[in-house]
Amino acid sequence: MIINHPLLGPRDASEFTYLGDASLIDRPDWQAENVSEAFYEYGYLRDNPAGEHQELWYHEAGDRSWLVVTRNTLTHEISKVELARDVARARGRSK
Amino acid sequence: MRYSGFRVIKEALTGHKGWKPVWREPEPKAHYDIIVIGGGGHGLATAHYLSKVYGQRNVAVVEKGWIGGGNVGRNTTIVRSNYMLDGNEPFYEFSMKLWEGLEQDLNYNAMMSQRGIINLFHTDGQRDAYTRRGNAMILNGADAELLDADQVRKEHPYLNFDDARFPIKGGLVQRRAGTARHDAVAWGFARSADLHGVDIIQNCEVTGLRIENGKCLGVETTKGFIGANKVGCAVAGSSGRVMGMAGMRLPIESHVLQAFVSEGLKPVLPSVITFGAGHFYVSQSDKGGLVFGGDIDGYNTYAQRGNLPVVEDVCEGGVALMPMIGRARLLRMWGGVMDMSMDGSPIIDRTPVEGLYFNGGWCYGGFKATPASGHCFAHLLAKDEPHPVATAYRLDRFRTGRMIDEKGVGNQPNLH
Repeated sequence: MIINHPLLGPRDASEFTYLGDASLIDRPDWQAENVSEAFYEYGYLRDNPAGEHQELWYHEAGDRSWLVVTRNTLTHEISKVELARDVARARGRSK
Repeated sequence: MRYSGFRVIKEALTGHKGWKPVWREPEPKAHYDIIVIGGGGHGLATAHYLSKVYGQRNVAVVEKGWIGGGNVGRNTTIVRSNYMLDGNEPFYEFSMKLWEGLEQDLNYNAMMSQRGIINLFHTDGQRDAYTRRGNAMILNGADAELLDADQVRKEHPYLNFDDARFPIKGGLVQRRAGTARHDAVAWGFARSADLHGVDIIQNCEVTGLRIENGKCLGVETTKGFIGANKVGCAVAGSSGRVMGMAGMRLPIESHVLQAFVSEGLKPVLPSVITFGAGHFYVSQSDKGGLVFGGDIDGYNTYAQRGNLPVVEDVCEGGVALMPMIGRARLLRMWGGVMDMSMDGSPIIDRTPVEGLYFNGGWCYGGFKATPASGHCFAHLLAKDEPHPVATAYRLDRFRTGRMIDEKGVGNQPNLH
């Protein structure tokens, strides 16, 4: 697989390590009422879709940026690559 | 029809005209007591034990394609019980004992070969870890033997003992482990289940689960609705998709594992061998091909094919361990979809939906578990309580903190 890095252009997937579903960006509020249930779901449950999947890749052998890659889990086709920083900020993280 | 040596001779003398198809192709009935979704190794084993051991006479297996076409038809056929943790080892040793009697139980030649397995170690720390694991195995009634480098050299002289980085210091051996013919296991279970009255319905894809008021009433399929008192799901690889029909999210990611077979060689490997300094395991099939594999590719996928970096990694591991295979040519490679669970251990349990039961999360160790998985799932379906050796395989263990993490890497499925 080739991941089209937003800053560096097309890079081989073997330069990256894979973390998992991009929902891992949405860490629950540790002060919330339902915190233990929220962290159980965050830590252990996954949608695991057959089809389009947003996921976190880390460019370990490159510029060490985190990416959100939108990839089809049935065909391995990558339709979108964004910097995880931009995605997180758009979701209101790291204010 | 019972198989025997006498039968083979009789058929040979009469032109092989007496062999019959070994299972029926029935149309689904309107209602069953128990429906098992998934005609793979675990589903067929479940049907066999439901009908033969637990006396269930009104059982169906529904399979979207042909039976044995999934992971039971595409694994590296290794059978072993060399686990460490309390939640796992009694279960896998139960499975090992079932393997030892399987061919008599099924009256089917599963080509079970107890040629042994050796897990090599390359550091003092690894020796300590394997000593501990071997002791845990012995405490649970399994067999384990620790060999030093000289003893390993006697049995496996072709290994790369004096590698500068990863010298072989010894190995943990389980003599009763070995390999079995994977397709024959599926067919043997299917034949036995069919003989005991189970309807095996092929080319019948489950498209939905009918759930009303929190109770599962049956399955919607491409052949229409089939009612059931209980539905058991044994579709590892596709667990997320099928249980998603019941609105459930699972502690599982689907990943692809690749496997490889070389051209046929004269007998060179007496047992199953695993490399301790990289991820590589290999055995030699009865046809002579070296059957080997390594790591999963490491990203979510439902595609039954992987990518080249892992091919390179696995082959490097192989050549580092036994340089002689550098001359062997790769004949075939393929991929299978694995249920990678959050702690590396499986799940056999009830679900929050009444009448719906789940068996999955086998990671890439499902083949060796086939008989015990079927036996324990049948126990759960028939008696509504877990089999004594499978009590730890609960669906809610991630909520309650009772993980069974052999490797100790936490909730990162691609590291198990």
